[in-house]
Amino acid sequence: MSAWTAAPVTVYVPRDSAATSVGADEVADALVRAAARERRPIRLVRNGSRGMLWLEPLVEVATPDGRIGYGPVDAAEVDGLVAGGLFEGADLPSRVGVVDELPWLATQNRVTFARVGVTDPLSPDDYLRHGGLVGLVRALEVSPAQVVAEVTDSGLRGRGGAGFPAGIKWKTVLDCVDELKFVCCNADEGDSGTFADRMLMEGDPFLLIEGMTIAAYAVGATEGYIYIRSEYPDAVAAMRSGIEIARGRGWLGDRVLGSSLSFDLHVRVGGGAYICGEETSMLESLEGKRGMVRAKPPIPAVHGLFGKPTVVNNVLTLATVPTILADGAQAYQRLGVERSRGTQVFQLGGNIRHGGIVETAFGVTLGELVDGYGGGTRSGRPVRAVQVGGPLGAYLPRSKFDLPMDYEAFVAAGAMVGHGGIVVFDETVDMAAQARFAMEFCAAESCGKCTPCRVGSVRGVEVIDRITAGEHRDENLALLEDLCDVMTEGSLCAMGGLTPMPVRSAITHFADDFLARERSGETRTAHISARTDGMP
Amino acid sequence: MNSTPRGESSMTTEALVREIAANHRAQRGALLPILHAVQEALDCVPPEAIPVLAEELNLSRADVHGVITFYHDFRSKPAARTTVRVCRAEACQAVGAGRLVAYLRDRYGVSLGETSRDGSLTAEQVFCLGNCALGPAVQVNGRLHGRLDEARLSSILDTAVSQ
Repeated sequence: MSAWTAAPVTVYVPRDSAATSVGADEVADALVRAAARERRPIRLVRNGSRGMLWLEPLVEVATPDGRIGYGPVDAAEVDGLVAGGLFEGADLPSRVGVVDELPWLATQNRVTFARVGVTDPLSPDDYLRHGGLVGLVRALEVSPAQVVAEVTDSGLRGRGGAGFPAGIKWKTVLDCVDELKFVCCNADEGDSGTFADRMLMEGDPFLLIEGMTIAAYAVGATEGYIYIRSEYPDAVAAMRSGIEIARGRGWLGDRVLGSSLSFDLHVRVGGGAYICGEETSMLESLEGKRGMVRAKPPIPAVHGLFGKPTVVNNVLTLATVPTILADGAQAYQRLGVERSRGTQVFQLGGNIRHGGIVETAFGVTLGELVDGYGGGTRSGRPVRAVQVGGPLGAYLPRSKFDLPMDYEAFVAAGAMVGHGGIVVFDETVDMAAQARFAMEFCAAESCGKCTPCRVGSVRGVEVIDRITAGEHRDENLALLEDLCDVMTEGSLCAMGGLTPMPVRSAITHFADDFLARERSGETRTAHISARTDGMP
Repeated sequence: MNSTPRGESSMTTEALVREIAANHRAQRGALLPILHAVQEALDCVPPEAIPVLAEELNLSRADVHGVITFYHDFRSKPAARTTVRVCRAEACQAVGAGRLVAYLRDRYGVSLGETSRDGSLTAEQVFCLGNCALGPAVQVNGRLHGRLDEARLSSILDTAVSQ
């Protein structure tokens, strides 16, 4: 009997842009060619990424024992792997075993990321087979107020950084009387070290669509916008395709799933401005204006997009809602610690050996993430500093590795969990240069509305330069402290208000780096920005 | 007169911009989608598009100019055929983004924000491409590349420039 009549073996190669950035497309092509040459029928599925990014491109082969992984696979070695029995799950050097049983994955608690990497992101049938739409169906069976109550009871807090309770925001919009209300998803994930929004949108776009549709039903909105940063072209494409497919299936549009709900969704692409991740700046941008931050109050829940009541939530917040509706508030509430309920999606990046997505209940310690899951640095040198929560988050030394990851514990330590991004640096890092970069970044990305942020950041760069040049060090450190106070207290939004956090934490924990020294030319030139050149 | 990579060579900029504006007018807050579409067609948003857009959308020219200049993405002149955007955010800094910046300057003679003298390569900086576990990362003509060193960057760029 010819092999052609045998059942095809299912092979998974991620389509996630992190995987394709290291050759997944080439690996997929090579697999198809090798299978044709060997006359071996295969069914190639381009799944999302499992989030074990150091193994990318990770090829998985479906076997009776489960999905066997091989990684990282180089396109040039595919022929050899296929000849060696890759399609049978053979024991080859790059074989990592049954992927679901790998401790790195098995010890996680994947709630929001349950389907990412498992399914074909753009297959609506895969979505249904893996529990999709159960949450929306349940939501449509109860009243909007009951949906809001369920989300409130779950303890879900905004995943964008501020940690505001989602249910309370929704209730405010529900209680507003208006013909026109909006649901906006803030997918302007600009924080360095965060990539969970991108992976979710590329890896499970229907989940975000379902979450936004539930939000629309809960608050009485008819139109939704997903504002995605232009740096994520693959996420933009995945969401646009997902929305088209969802419309075709009656998951969006008039009478969603045969109910009375009418809701449609649109993708909008940002313009490369970091500040548009701030919610009011994002709303201005959606209105076609400069992304200038608005003063609050009025809050967007009451006076949001085009002045209408608007829910603004982050990608992961909205993507968590379907699970809460499907499994109930209690199941979600049981996870986590103190006032940080449920799971958080931590993202390990920078100089890290095992970088990727770790979704687990709040309360895991920083050290468990960096040394345990992360396995230390990629360079093999000791970890010196980690920055948690994006470019506006604190730099922490190893002595803080016993900190539990929860919103309040981090605030008490002068830091923030933020969007859950953790960037690791080894001992070669120059913390004065990182503090300078924080100010430089603020200068480049400030919207310019308020003075402490617009001017303070430029002055901050200058003062740090004087400190490291040894000019009146003590006086200038006092001046920097004062400047940080003004920015923290006097800025309209988190951009200027939180920029002092990385600066101050660097000074507190790594004071030696702020001593005067002879700087090597390389370090300095690497930190001169094209964008701040010529600014006042 | 305006020859573009997409072949709208017979259309004037004004006519093209009017057509794009007409196609997007029904959307709420249409200016940003229109600007993206103009840049997609012309590889830039040329200054002569500003009065046309102002008229089409009933805005002042200052308003349109203000929006264009607020966003880093929009440029007033076309870029080179190959654009490399180097991520300079913290996660990529931690694994040597600075070395790639220096390499672009030494090997190709371009600093960030510049186009090479022969007009073949534009280099830009970007703060985070969402590839933070596989840095340093760059985007070349819209495609993401990770785990780069000088040799891989050079082979990617040489291929892109020669195409």
